[in-house]
Amino acid sequence: MASAPALLREDQALIDYLLRLGDDSLILAQRLAEWCGMAPALETDLSLANIGLDLIGQATLFLNLAGEIEGAGRDGDKLAFHRDVLAFRNCLMVEQPNGDFAQTIARQFLFSTWQLAMFEGLTGSTEPRIAEIAAKAVKEVRYHAEIAAEWVIRLGDGTDQSRERMIEGFDWHWRFVDELFEGDALEQPLVDAGIAVDRAALRQGFDTTVNAVLREATLPLPEYPRGITGGRVGHHSEHLGHLLATMQSVPRTYPDAVW
Amino acid sequence: MSRDWPLWEVFIRSKGGLSHKHVGSVHAPDPELAVRHARDVYTRRLEGVSIWVARSSDIVASDPAQAGPLFEPAETKVYRHPTFYDIPDVVKHI
Repeated sequence: MASAPALLREDQALIDYLLRLGDDSLILAQRLAEWCGMAPALETDLSLANIGLDLIGQATLFLNLAGEIEGAGRDGDKLAFHRDVLAFRNCLMVEQPNGDFAQTIARQFLFSTWQLAMFEGLTGSTEPRIAEIAAKAVKEVRYHAEIAAEWVIRLGDGTDQSRERMIEGFDWHWRFVDELFEGDALEQPLVDAGIAVDRAALRQGFDTTVNAVLREATLPLPEYPRGITGGRVGHHSEHLGHLLATMQSVPRTYPDAVW
Repeated sequence: MSRDWPLWEVFIRSKGGLSHKHVGSVHAPDPELAVRHARDVYTRRLEGVSIWVARSSDIVASDPAQAGPLFEPAETKVYRHPTFYDIPDVVKHI
């Protein structure tokens, strides 16, 4: 990342943390936007687009703040559209392909359930600008988690086909769950300072919610495979490059274009 | 998929004190998702504070062919309109 060398070490950590939060929302929003006009029904099309728009709002706030602290003249748009794949800090789950509706719902349920716990924690952050963004976002995310859970229950406890697809949708994503709860040396000082949330501490609540919803959906409880990680340090799957190529193509072709 | 879902009529209360007003309809597999679909389709721009949904098939409608006997007799009863009263300015919704 082309950051100014004069940045304090703690500022750099904070910027990276904000990129992790903002990129999660940004990349998942782009994935949800791919459903626009393609979802199974007009109503689900709007549901998914609404969730995506909420996530873009969150990404804008987090990335703008990252750019502001960096002080190198980059705002949220610059960070979203003029950064290369290795500089993205999102988790691997959000960049996964949409698959069918059930696979998209599996991802949304797992991600939003985790993000809700994360943002609930961040409302108490000692960094007031993060606490403020989290307080705004937490209501949105509660809705995302609820509607995704409703769909998991209906598809899981629906027809043979919907159940089969829901199981396959979850099977795609189980391996990306561990990463959501993985802290590292970069975040630890921020956690100690009360700025960041201790990710590992969120796992128990997550497991309780996931298991309760899967039980209601009459689905088998997860047996988590060995987790795949790396997104937080820029080691992404092959899917992210393709996603960025689509998302960034217009701003990169016409860098000075305005509405 | 939507072909298999029943239709629901959506009623939105735009703010406290006003009554729910019919705004349109959504497809949904059950009442809970009908409310969520109504939220996602009809309240994206702060249109409401409360949502009702009802199965379209549960709505009982008057017969358009009966419009004459049902409604025309009221046409000549002007005295039923409360137009002979002065309404105070503070009363907003009447």
